[in-house]
Amino acid sequence: MPVSESNSKIVYEALVGAGVRICSALPETWLVHLIRMADDDPDMILVRLAKEEEAVGISAGAHLAGARSAALMQNHGFLAAVNGIVSGAMLYRVPFLMLISDRGHMGERDHWQTEGGKYTRRVLDALSIQWDELRAPDEVELKVRKATTLSLSSLSPVGLLLSRDLMWEEPVP
Amino acid sequence: MKRIDCLEAIYEDLADRAVVTIMGAVAAELYSLGHRPNFFYLEHAMGLASSVGLGIALAQPERQVVVIDGDGSVLMNLGGLTTLARYAPANLTHIVFDNESLLSVGGFPTATSTGSDLAGVARAAGIQRARTVDRLETFTAAASEDLGTDGLTCLVAKVEAVGPASFHMDLHLLENRFEFARALRPSEEA
Repeated sequence: MPVSESNSKIVYEALVGAGVRICSALPETWLVHLIRMADDDPDMILVRLAKEEEAVGISAGAHLAGARSAALMQNHGFLAAVNGIVSGAMLYRVPFLMLISDRGHMGERDHWQTEGGKYTRRVLDALSIQWDELRAPDEVELKVRKATTLSLSSLSPVGLLLSRDLMWEEPVP
Repeated sequence: MKRIDCLEAIYEDLADRAVVTIMGAVAAELYSLGHRPNFFYLEHAMGLASSVGLGIALAQPERQVVVIDGDGSVLMNLGGLTTLARYAPANLTHIVFDNESLLSVGGFPTATSTGSDLAGVARAAGIQRARTVDRLETFTAAASEDLGTDGLTCLVAKVEAVGPASFHMDLHLLENRFEFARALRPSEEA
């Protein structure tokens, strides 16, 4: 499976460096290494979810109790979590750092992913959620730190799109 | 059995715990008994009270957490029961008031009115200690036992579908949110 383990490690270490100690996650192909790394790290609490909206509640509870957290999800997971994001994180002014695998964007071969990819950015924008893309390994650490800072200072959700360029090693056909 | 009587029965036991409630009658009735800074009323995000409780319980394992939920809310996040069971935080007590209806929005019957058994669902999800009570005496005894237990518990209390005359609370949700976060700070930082 050509998911980049080395770049996943860079992303994971950036999260740890940003002070994240609780990671909520629902697996998808691009996230497998990240989730395994969180699972293997004795200093990280990994919460395997049944559905992504739970992550909003978990992050809210963690924040209210003084802990930094992040949520790993596919873009469809983000779409599934929208009500919690609006009526939980946004209504209650809770920082919510989302790392969203950017499926269905340029280079996507899985036809079942292509519909959701049309809406990821548009829904983020519609919700006024500030977001950025992680494309190159050397920008990851700084962008994760900046996203965490913004999320905490604005008490708002912030999205980081995990791009195909970063996460997938197979050349585009 | 009335929810307000159950809340009154456990009110003193909630003094030193992080308490997360759902919206509507549960929040208004607990508030009417006397607000405390360690009470957080989740006024929206229906279904996520148990997830908020899990987040607190994981972040502060030394703190006792109580989630006061309802049948309509639990039914919106049944998967959350499996997540709770999976991590089984020993410091979390889940109390579910089951009035078999969505009282706050007109009393429409929920699936528990036609036989869905939330304690049974919780047990099947993997929460080993989950049970149903329907009398105040048994609720009081069971809640006291659960609150004193070192382990995840789920107590489903069958209550009448009646609520307060008003759902008004003189506390903005953001004021509640910031006050609650302050109350959860470790004492040396408070």
